[in-house]
Amino acid sequence: MASSFFAKRQPGPSNAAALAAQAAANKPWIEKYRPKTMDDISSQEQAVAVLKKTLESQNLPHLLFYGPPGTGKTSTILALARDIYGPEMVNSRVLELNASDERGIQVIREKVKNFARSTVSTNTSDHSVPPYKIIILDEADSMTADAQSALRRTMETYSKLTRFCLICNYVTRIIEPLASRCAKFRFRPLEEHHSKSRLELICLQEGVQISPEATLSLIRLSDGDLRKAIMFLQSASRLVGKGKEITVEVVSDVAGTVPESVIDGLEACWHTRDYNKISTEVTFAVREGHSAARILTQLHERLLRNDALTSLQKARMAEAFGDMDKALNDGADEELQLLNMMSRVSAIAA
Amino acid sequence: MDAGLLWVDKHRPNSLDKLDYHPDLTAHLKSLCASGDFPHMLVYGPSGAGKKTRIACILRELFGAGASKLKVDPRVFETPSKRKLEIQVTSSNYHIEINPSDVGNQDRIVIQDLLKEVAQTQQLDASAQKRFKVVVIHEADLLTRDAQAGLRRTMEKYMGNLRIIMCCNTTSNIIGPIQSRCLLVRVGAPTEAAMVEVMQRVVKKEHCGPLPDSFAKRLAQDSGRNLRRALLMLETAKVQRQPFAEDQAVPRMDWEDFIKHSAVNILKSQNADTLLTVRGNLYELINHCIDPPTILKTLAKELVARIEKDEIKMKVIQEAAFYEHRLRIGNKAIFHLEAFVAKVMHIYKKYKVRFGVPLLGKGGTTGETGTGQRKNEGEE
Repeated sequence: MASSFFAKRQPGPSNAAALAAQAAANKPWIEKYRPKTMDDISSQEQAVAVLKKTLESQNLPHLLFYGPPGTGKTSTILALARDIYGPEMVNSRVLELNASDERGIQVIREKVKNFARSTVSTNTSDHSVPPYKIIILDEADSMTADAQSALRRTMETYSKLTRFCLICNYVTRIIEPLASRCAKFRFRPLEEHHSKSRLELICLQEGVQISPEATLSLIRLSDGDLRKAIMFLQSASRLVGKGKEITVEVVSDVAGTVPESVIDGLEACWHTRDYNKISTEVTFAVREGHSAARILTQLHERLLRNDALTSLQKARMAEAFGDMDKALNDGADEELQLLNMMSRVSAIAA
Repeated sequence: MDAGLLWVDKHRPNSLDKLDYHPDLTAHLKSLCASGDFPHMLVYGPSGAGKKTRIACILRELFGAGASKLKVDPRVFETPSKRKLEIQVTSSNYHIEINPSDVGNQDRIVIQDLLKEVAQTQQLDASAQKRFKVVVIHEADLLTRDAQAGLRRTMEKYMGNLRIIMCCNTTSNIIGPIQSRCLLVRVGAPTEAAMVEVMQRVVKKEHCGPLPDSFAKRLAQDSGRNLRRALLMLETAKVQRQPFAEDQAVPRMDWEDFIKHSAVNILKSQNADTLLTVRGNLYELINHCIDPPTILKTLAKELVARIEKDEIKMKVIQEAAFYEHRLRIGNKAIFHLEAFVAKVMHIYKKYKVRFGVPLLGKGGTTGETGTGQRKNEGEE
């Protein structure tokens, strides 16, 4: 049966339409509400304005978009491509490669180079279509340095025929020679009113009821990452079901935040030097299945707001937090690290 | 036919209705399965809390009994450098389960190839209730960053055909972009009361006499609220003594006793000879395939339980955390275990010397912990 599992299915003509309709309904909201044109993009005014200018002159430089996740980098380039080529030609003129595709040096040398090299057909009646193609390298910071350097000459040699657009979270992971060949655009975390208007639009169209406080907490929990906010919204609406209102509690449930009571308990331990008390609180938090990274983030928020501590104490505690974050990233044991951090912090704060 | 099975497997609930604890979570899962759009899921929680049981129940709820007809196939993937990777894939007609961490650093290839293959084909069975297939990824927290990055766009692009359920102990190692694409489902450990209830029910079904509540409670405590472990211990206890007695000893793993013994040794005398003996013990444990981080953690806990002073406890824990971290990034376990033991001996001996003989104005301690200790002594 394994072969049939993987076999291609041939949808009959009758249910193809039904399938398409269902697929549209099943689409995650982040795809459904992706901006379609440059005018739809509601924030990142600066970058959008510059890109619109370049559209008028039909002379697009190589682009490098960077910024935190969920700020509209991929959406912008897809909308831009659609604006340039129109919906029909997008597929033939744009090559999108992301981290889910093999992008070793071999692929750059063969696939990308071949696509970059091929000339575009000029027999279109529409002369507003510029004579170049676009290659989008999404999540470019996960490309190896070798693969990146293989791009260097390719970008220059075929610049007449092809424009590259690199998208990444960390501009420092793009090698300098590539970065210097591109026009850089920094995407900022979304401002509150932009996220808010977008979320409200989605709620209106999907018929979701949400309390104003819950919208605010959605925005706060997502740190300017609109995709996260929309994802949380969709999960929350699934959780409560149709016709019921989404409350703050549901939002924090979906976002995986640790309940305040657990954080309170841990914070209270800062001022004790009693090991058993610390150990009880930590063990409880870990057994409940809360993620240590999440606990750390929330404790850090508490640290910043805590007025009883001196600046020096805060600085030293922040150091302990930093060490723990590093250790967690390396895959160290959560319980031990949490115990370690708490005991260090209590030595500082008590 | 069930006779050969362990109690844990035999009495595992196989549908959402039969789940014992976390009723709110069960209700949520049910409404999710009933609604048309089922999200990607990230199930996390401590081990023995029932994550896999819940995933199996969800699959059954989604696809009916067909989802429990499992078969195991080896599948071979090829890296660009022509190396062959083999991985065990468990699948039914509706879903497929993989454990990509089996292939270590090359898990990206498995994720890329397998997911795309599944995603690009549609549900085979026209009579199936759902239009999508499910891929269950076990131990998702061990996926490399590369593999996780490879999941990002795939999860969005093929949402129509594919849902992913990831199962992991912690979300700390899952990159943000993946977390923001999934519905996070936390499965906390069951409370002790809930565990006692489950154990009572199992005993009743097995017809092996009354189970004293106090003994059940001790089992629950000793297992660290890990239900799987508690049930295994219960079954062992049954073999040891029938019917159950109130004061029956909780069966312990022999490697735990072994570690306990080492801990006692370390605190008894701190010299090179003891270190050598302990080292032998550690080697033995490693040879018996006990995971080195587990050895270190258990040892640290045993030590802490036997030290009376809070500040020394904290120091030992700090060292344990430090060496455990090193153990994970390092590559020869015994170095780090041994270093930890030596360090603990050093700390403990210093403490014994300071309290045994009067202070000789030693200023050897450094930094914050040093000043902290002195303050503490002043209070006494």
